Amino acid sequence: MANQKKLAIIATKGTLDFAYPPLILATTAAALDYEVTIFWTFYGLQVVKKERDLKISPLGNPGMPMPVPMPVLVQVLPGMEAMATVMMKQKMASKGVASIDSLLEMAIESEVKMIACQMTVDLFDFKHSDLIDGLEFAGAARFFEIAQDADITLFI
Amino acid sequence: MADSTLDAKGLNCPLPILRAKKALKGMSNGQVLAIEATDPGSAKDFESFCVQTGNELVKASENNGVFYYEIKKKG
Repeated sequence: MANQKKLAIIATKGTLDFAYPPLILATTAAALDYEVTIFWTFYGLQVVKKERDLKISPLGNPGMPMPVPMPVLVQVLPGMEAMATVMMKQKMASKGVASIDSLLEMAIESEVKMIACQMTVDLFDFKHSDLIDGLEFAGAARFFEIAQDADITLFI
Repeated sequence: MADSTLDAKGLNCPLPILRAKKALKGMSNGQVLAIEATDPGSAKDFESFCVQTGNELVKASENNGVFYYEIKKKG
């Protein structure tokens, strides 16, 4: 499409909660006929690993609603992060919120273009084969080539 | 009468929109997709979806927490 709108997203976060915004926006924009690119960098790469183990941490996150008030010194105990993650996933499933796996699948299905930041891949000693298939590996200059042509650019 | 129906009840943002888009893809011009949803955000979202995609929202109503939409495929 000649007049197709374009969205470019930089996704930098690798927690379960922050994996959502780039994928929700990317899939929705694709449904609105945008051409979408996500540039995964730093912790964002965790979202496109083949073996994903995204977690949510109540630590340092006073905005996270807790079923019971939880002092910070309790939040640091072993197992708290795993517990918070399990609870969040259950809550999401019960509210009909899509899983990250299925959103990612839908993004790929709707031809969202994905670029992995090669510098961060090196920095974290990831191998290309650790990440899902179909990624392009590039750097900042490649992002600007896409962003200069985009109608909307988001940093998440 | 709708040509196709989509049950999006219990699904949350952005799933009703994504499922609707997918359903519309398989339909022909002028056909109508009927959608049921329970996400209260879907009311504004389906309006915006239609404004941006050029499809026509021919009906939007709500009954006991269930939202009902009819979208006519255009273009």
